[in-house]
Amino acid sequence: MKFVQNIFDKTRPLVEKDGKRNILYPLHNALETMAFVPDHTTHSGAHVRDAIDLKRTMVTVIFAMVPALLFGMWNIGRLHFAAIGEEAALLDSFLFGALKMLPLITVTYAAGLGVEIYFSWKRNHPVNEGFLVSGLLIPMIMPVDIPLWMVAVSTIFAVLIGKEVFGGTGMNLLNPALTARAFAFFAYPTWMSGDQVWINTKGGEVVDGYSGATALGDLATTVGQGLGNTATDAVMAQFGAGGHYSFMNAFLGLIPGSIGETSALLILLGGLFLVFKGVGSWKIMLSFFLGGFVMAGIFNVFAVNEFMGLNPLHQLMLGGFMFGMVFMATDPVSAAQTETGKYIYGFLAGFFGIMIRVFNPAYPEGIMLAILFMNVMAPLIDYYVVEANIKRRAKRVAHA
Amino acid sequence: MSQTFKIRKGYDIKLVGEASSNDLGQHSASTYAVSPLDFPGITPKLAVKAGSKVLAGDTLFFDKDRPEVKICAPVSGEVAEIKRGAKRKILAVLLLADSETSYAKHDAFDLKKGDREAAATHFSNTGVGAFITTRPYGVAASMNEQPRDIFVNGIQSGPLNGDLATQLAGKGEAVQAAISALALMTSGKVYVSHDADAAAVAELQAEGATHITFSGKHPKGLVGTQIAKAAPINKGEVVWTVNAVDLPIIGRAFLSGEYAPEYKVAVTGSKAMNTGYATMLQGVSLNGFISANFNAENTRFIAGDVLTGTQLATDGFLSFGKAQLTAIPEGNQTEFFGWVLPGFGKFSTNRAFWGWLFPNRKYDLDTNMHGEERAFVVSGEYEKFIPMDIFPQQLLRSILIRDIEKMEQLGIYEVVPEDFAIAEVACTSKLPLQQIVRDGLNDLRKEMM
Repeated sequence: MKFVQNIFDKTRPLVEKDGKRNILYPLHNALETMAFVPDHTTHSGAHVRDAIDLKRTMVTVIFAMVPALLFGMWNIGRLHFAAIGEEAALLDSFLFGALKMLPLITVTYAAGLGVEIYFSWKRNHPVNEGFLVSGLLIPMIMPVDIPLWMVAVSTIFAVLIGKEVFGGTGMNLLNPALTARAFAFFAYPTWMSGDQVWINTKGGEVVDGYSGATALGDLATTVGQGLGNTATDAVMAQFGAGGHYSFMNAFLGLIPGSIGETSALLILLGGLFLVFKGVGSWKIMLSFFLGGFVMAGIFNVFAVNEFMGLNPLHQLMLGGFMFGMVFMATDPVSAAQTETGKYIYGFLAGFFGIMIRVFNPAYPEGIMLAILFMNVMAPLIDYYVVEANIKRRAKRVAHA
Repeated sequence: MSQTFKIRKGYDIKLVGEASSNDLGQHSASTYAVSPLDFPGITPKLAVKAGSKVLAGDTLFFDKDRPEVKICAPVSGEVAEIKRGAKRKILAVLLLADSETSYAKHDAFDLKKGDREAAATHFSNTGVGAFITTRPYGVAASMNEQPRDIFVNGIQSGPLNGDLATQLAGKGEAVQAAISALALMTSGKVYVSHDADAAAVAELQAEGATHITFSGKHPKGLVGTQIAKAAPINKGEVVWTVNAVDLPIIGRAFLSGEYAPEYKVAVTGSKAMNTGYATMLQGVSLNGFISANFNAENTRFIAGDVLTGTQLATDGFLSFGKAQLTAIPEGNQTEFFGWVLPGFGKFSTNRAFWGWLFPNRKYDLDTNMHGEERAFVVSGEYEKFIPMDIFPQQLLRSILIRDIEKMEQLGIYEVVPEDFAIAEVACTSKLPLQQIVRDGLNDLRKEMM
């Protein structure tokens, strides 16, 4: 690997402090430390260190996302060809999806890393790894047909306002990927909801009976119709066995939605991998799931419409719930930082997520809003957990 | 009946190069050095100058603010040089040793009749008071303080730590004398800790002490853990701590009035050609000893263990209070895509690597950082290694923003840097936790004085 090292050595004078391309120093440093774990040795404190670093942590998360990502690519193609009534082999569907997805990923990374590198240069610190994950999360929670410039603008907004203004990776209040999605959702609502954006139908005539809606979009139409209304039978039939949005289809992910969010199975697989690797917090995932389940259960018991009456487990398989649980709520920076706080944070995020989704059908992505809301609340939860420790200590003094 | 505590949070870093039972003999040298840098929180004021003749046990320097804190000469001889650094900061007092050590004249101390005041004076004058550390702050104790309790740490469970039974063998009488002397200094208890997982140390079964036992993982061998479990420190309280390995030196100072800081030093590490135990005095020049017993090529020499030890030069001197030498390879090499590769053989406390599947594997660790420093990102990481009722990350943050009140509330009085050592090793963001805690303690102490 000498020649790679040589390239870095040769270009280093260009980007160093007095070099002509100093603005590229963070990029140079980022690439070099990516290619080679640096030869830095310990100089204070403990003399040996764990092999783990933030790059390792982040790449582990990326590995966990890969199954859902690949599935999402295939699902793009599958839905596309089904919508225009063409038969397509698995590979064709996958390639079609991959060609849709790659520009999204590239644009996200370019926009986000551009901002990161600029700030690294301005603030004179190395590029942080956080965006490696955010940059892949953002395209996975976008609808397939969203224009690239919107993704770029959302990403830039997220990195700037969501992260850099607070001081960069580790200092942010909100999950950057969700900030990007929230920005896109509120800035370009027509591109982020409805029944036109989830399935790519260009290049063909849609078949009879085609619907581009999502499960949650359809469910939202049942609100206000009461329970057992025959008018909703056609929609609810889709949720029964053999329907479009049957439990099995939702679990496997054969439904329309944001690109990476549909397959509960593969997301769970990624989640298990994260827990197994000790990178994702099982406390958050478990309590998030329970929170959602409890809320969906309460709705189910006191249902006044079909949306509320949906089987709680089925409810959790739809929309961004699973994706939010595994990849969004667990972001260690924006989540609660205390172990007790994680249970509360996760539970409430899941709980509110389902609540928003069902109570306000205009926001089918209640999960996104709930997690962002709990991001903001997480410091408050931590505050009370830490305060309890402080009180315990103060009490000890009083007794001593 | 002694109380037993099980330590579940923590980590045993298993390294190759454990001390064998070999006796590496006596090591002495013509030069000795005592460095004020071994005593955090002390502003050294010299009691000698270059050319002064000293006896073993004569004061070399003392703390400017607390003149009763005295650091004494380990041997008799002549002060060869006062080594100074930037701004004339004293780095070390170099001594040229006599061929035969003569001791400063102190009377033996009658432990049956002595009272606290006399014991305090004796501790201070003979120099053995310097072996006592005070909490809060983790600095050398002033004999004018009234400690609530005194904790004697009889557990050596850190990486490659020597076997205490070997190091204290045959010194039972001196150990007992030291415990009795310490008992005079407090109206509270003298706790002595024992390791349930190691061979019992008969010499430590001293009378007049409260015995507590710990089992489980390191940091059971850190006195901070032991205090937190047995009787945590509250604001306004002072607790003294002593390492069991220093007890014979304290005992001897009381039994015969002599200051002879002699250790059976555990010689360890993957770079040690001969592991075992060598008898030597604190401050002795290691020049010669290192070349005889270690492979010195690209090697990091450490007085103490890899968690909390002090880095030594190849011609360095045995640091104060250290009964262990560790030598490990320097890790000054890059690694191609080391963060992506599976890394089956790599050491990690984190399951992101595969080593956790082989809990008994021993590692030949080098000093590589394995990454660059980052902000706090991962949460819940430090808690796994600090078995105290403390929120480590929140405490560290309060230190970083210099919020004295928050530091107090979050329990800074209960910790010293070494309590954060394992967390520092494990830290994903590669943050210098021990240095942060030391800075916080220094700030706090300045505020309080």
